[in-house]
Amino acid sequence: MDHKNIARLITLLENTPEKAKEILTSLPRRTAPVIGFTGSPGVGKSTLIDQVIAKLRSSGKTVAVVAVDPSSPFSQGAFLGDRVRMKKHFLDDGVFIRSMASRGALGGLNESIYDVVELLESVGFDYVLVETVGVGQAEVEVRYVADVVVLVLSPGFGDEMQLLKAGIMEIADIYVVNKADLVGSDSLYDQLVSFLTFAGRDVSSVVKTSALNAHGIEELVNKITALWEKLVETGKLRELRRQRMKHHAENLARRTLQKYLSLADLEDPYEGVEAALRSMCERLKDGQGGGT
Amino acid sequence: MKKYRILIAKPGLDGHDRGAKVVAHALRDAGFEVIYTGLRQTPEQIVKTAIQEDVDLIGLSILSGAHLQLSKKVIDLMKKEGIGHVPVFVGGIIPPDDVPKLLEIGVCRVFGPGTPLSKIVQEVKEVLEGVTSANGS
Amino acid sequence: MYDKEQLKRIEEAFQQWQAQLENDLKKFPERKEKFLSSSGYEFKRCYTPLDVAEMDYLRDLNMPGEYPYTRGVQRTMYRGRLWTMRQYAGFGTAEETNRRFKYLLQQGQTGLSVAFDLPTQIGYDSDHPLAEGEVGRVGVAVDSLRDIEILFDGIPLKDVSTSMTINSTAVILLSMYAVTAQKQGAKLEELRGTIQNDILKEYIARGTYIFPPEPSMKIVTDIFEFCAKHMPKWNTISISGYHIREAGANAVQELAFTFGDAIAYVEAAIKAGLDPNVFGRQLSFFFAAHNNFLEEIAKFRAARRIWAKIMKERFNVSNPEALRLRFHTQTAGSTLTAQQPLNNIVRVAIQALAAVLGGTQSLHTNSYDEALGLPTEQSVQVALRTQQIIAYESGVADIVDPLAGSFAIEALTNQIEEKVWEYLEKIDSLGGMVRAIELGYVQKEIHKSAYEQQLAIEKGEQIVVGVNAFQVSEEKPIENILKVDPTLEEKQKEALRRLKRERDNKAVANALKELKQAAQEGRNIVPYVFEAVKCYATLGEISDVLREVYGEYTESTAI
Repeated sequence: MDHKNIARLITLLENTPEKAKEILTSLPRRTAPVIGFTGSPGVGKSTLIDQVIAKLRSSGKTVAVVAVDPSSPFSQGAFLGDRVRMKKHFLDDGVFIRSMASRGALGGLNESIYDVVELLESVGFDYVLVETVGVGQAEVEVRYVADVVVLVLSPGFGDEMQLLKAGIMEIADIYVVNKADLVGSDSLYDQLVSFLTFAGRDVSSVVKTSALNAHGIEELVNKITALWEKLVETGKLRELRRQRMKHHAENLARRTLQKYLSLADLEDPYEGVEAALRSMCERLKDGQGGGT
Repeated sequence: MKKYRILIAKPGLDGHDRGAKVVAHALRDAGFEVIYTGLRQTPEQIVKTAIQEDVDLIGLSILSGAHLQLSKKVIDLMKKEGIGHVPVFVGGIIPPDDVPKLLEIGVCRVFGPGTPLSKIVQEVKEVLEGVTSANGS
Repeated sequence: MYDKEQLKRIEEAFQQWQAQLENDLKKFPERKEKFLSSSGYEFKRCYTPLDVAEMDYLRDLNMPGEYPYTRGVQRTMYRGRLWTMRQYAGFGTAEETNRRFKYLLQQGQTGLSVAFDLPTQIGYDSDHPLAEGEVGRVGVAVDSLRDIEILFDGIPLKDVSTSMTINSTAVILLSMYAVTAQKQGAKLEELRGTIQNDILKEYIARGTYIFPPEPSMKIVTDIFEFCAKHMPKWNTISISGYHIREAGANAVQELAFTFGDAIAYVEAAIKAGLDPNVFGRQLSFFFAAHNNFLEEIAKFRAARRIWAKIMKERFNVSNPEALRLRFHTQTAGSTLTAQQPLNNIVRVAIQALAAVLGGTQSLHTNSYDEALGLPTEQSVQVALRTQQIIAYESGVADIVDPLAGSFAIEALTNQIEEKVWEYLEKIDSLGGMVRAIELGYVQKEIHKSAYEQQLAIEKGEQIVVGVNAFQVSEEKPIENILKVDPTLEEKQKEALRRLKRERDNKAVANALKELKQAAQEGRNIVPYVFEAVKCYATLGEISDVLREVYGEYTESTAI
């Protein structure tokens, strides 16, 4: 499918989520590696992804990237500037880059992210990369969307402790110590290794990279690929996809109920929910659209 | 929920992005999703981005005097790629004589130095709503 | 400067005055609730000896030409020699610009300042696809030594001082200039001038970078080293705040980020084994002259004192020549309006006056049609006359640092200095300027300031005469706006083709090969660029070799 059509379908999925089922079922079901990249602003995620894309392209793989940034809680607008770092891939037809605003979604990603990722898998991309900002507890949604989560860290941010507390550290499969040429990266690397050892995790999941001079990128890509293939082999991928679907369904359910919730007069939250459920059932009885 | 997506682009070699960033900020504060391309974009890169991001409006910021050439290239390419219907705004250092020439090329609005942000935001809204009602969607 | 008794009496009188004032204000409130400086500092209604009571004349001011140089970097300042009147000029072909240079020199300007087009600044020849539409537009197009030879034809380089606004490709233009001068019979050690060569501000505010920060800093220090040995009268860098200010920074940020950059350069040069007492003499600076007259004068004085302290206390410099901040000033382009353009003549005059009262070594005054196009001969003449009138008719050049001792000026100077130190501390805490730029900290601060300024204008809190107040319903169009000849791009490309046929291409290939090797091995690349330039390797060819070795930079966007 050409980029223009893919782009238009994504817009439809975002703006008219009720059409999602129709759109997705008309396309072939396909599974591709979905890799999430998360980390604080400034650690060099986008530059890293730029290098990862280059490496994947050099082995002939096609890549779709979704870069998610937060919407302003005040104006609901957003400034989406992540594509800038991936400039050199704009004219490559084997790369598709889309920026999305979170639009207030609870998990920090956009609510239609599941549909969009499924779409990108269906249209045939070999890899789907999702970039998101991960700083707090809310931003763990990427764990459900992605098969493999890469957490990017960089020395000098001092927020390693916060990340530990926030649980971000635990959801990652691969840890990248980026800007490895900077002072402090050895100490960061050591902290990571000791954290992982303590948590009984595999310390070989730490990779040192210096995105500016492409160090460690090949190692990173190899680890990602190897991990994904292992997920497939062991059947763990199927399980992860079930979790993804479950989480997606829960999101949909919440969103659906929310619609009815906002219409009810809320004085007592318990009564409010019951009233919402009742009116939803009535609508169903009248045959007015299940789902959403 | 429909949200308008606007592309703010810096075509050519001009490196001054104060205006582009200030306009992007104002549009964000007005509730739009703004995709910013960064500096040194070729017309090809701009059009590719506009396609992938399925934008509703394109704003070009040019202060180096190359506005006629660059705007024409972008618009010609947009038509070729089938997105010629997307409105294009141009802002920057534009001598008054060149404004009618830009409009003739197909630029929708031209904003010279001193244009208030509120005017830009208003015109963006007008044009987008005009397009929407024209499409009946 | 006042004894305790005097101060006590002044304090009492002041309190009484304040009390009376409260009554006045009830009847006649002031025009605004707060009167703010560009950096948000609230101006006092009236400054008194109380505001400068802690000052020590010899420690904080001293005589002109004496540390900390608050009052000026020379003892006689403009009584000895007026500031250099140096109008930034360049457009189209080398021939056209050569004509404009001669016109300006004839009209009485005392130094040359070259504007290059964007392809030249970014290392592309006029026939590069990215150069399309940009050739000769914002400055002169230079593809090879030949263009520089034409540019300075009939202008003896041993007799003029030339400033070149060139950064990523500064090493190439410096070589072309030096080789041209040598061909004219001049010696390298006689040459006077400046190359801007300030790559850090390109990442922050101007955008004509090519390579990433590390190799770019190496090129800068290579130039420092080369010029210290061979071109001692040449200013190796013009560390710039002008563009940072134009990008939206306030007066405090203008100084703070400029000095942040300067500290990074000095540290890099020291790390490369150079002596700050030596290369420090050849550093120069470049600031804006903005609207707030009093704040700007205070800013320039604060700048001198801050730099002297940085060099002495942070870098242990003892050579007085390396403690003195020498600077060029340009009146602030972004304050000029397209509406009622003749008003710009007044703006420029006030801004230029501030620069002179601030002790600038060299000055460019903008032309009134700046918001619409490059200056025409008529408009640049008025700009030059502005400087000449200030110099010869106003009398301000006849007394050195005449505003010293003004309670307001000294208080403002102190206040600005204090705030600059705060910023420098913050930058240090982030790990230095290069890191701060990588993190986007500097760019975000500037954008915040730019956005706030725009909102202030839109709310009417900041008046721009002719734009949000005192508008006219119908603007009178300016008859004559400079147009760049659209056929020149083709002419330049043809000249390039001819050059490549006529030169010794084997010699060029060889020189480029040597340059590449020198760059890869980390040697000083300046002599190799000289050799490449001599055989007419093009600017694009030389830049491409360096791109291969050093890579290219991608910006971070942040608002």
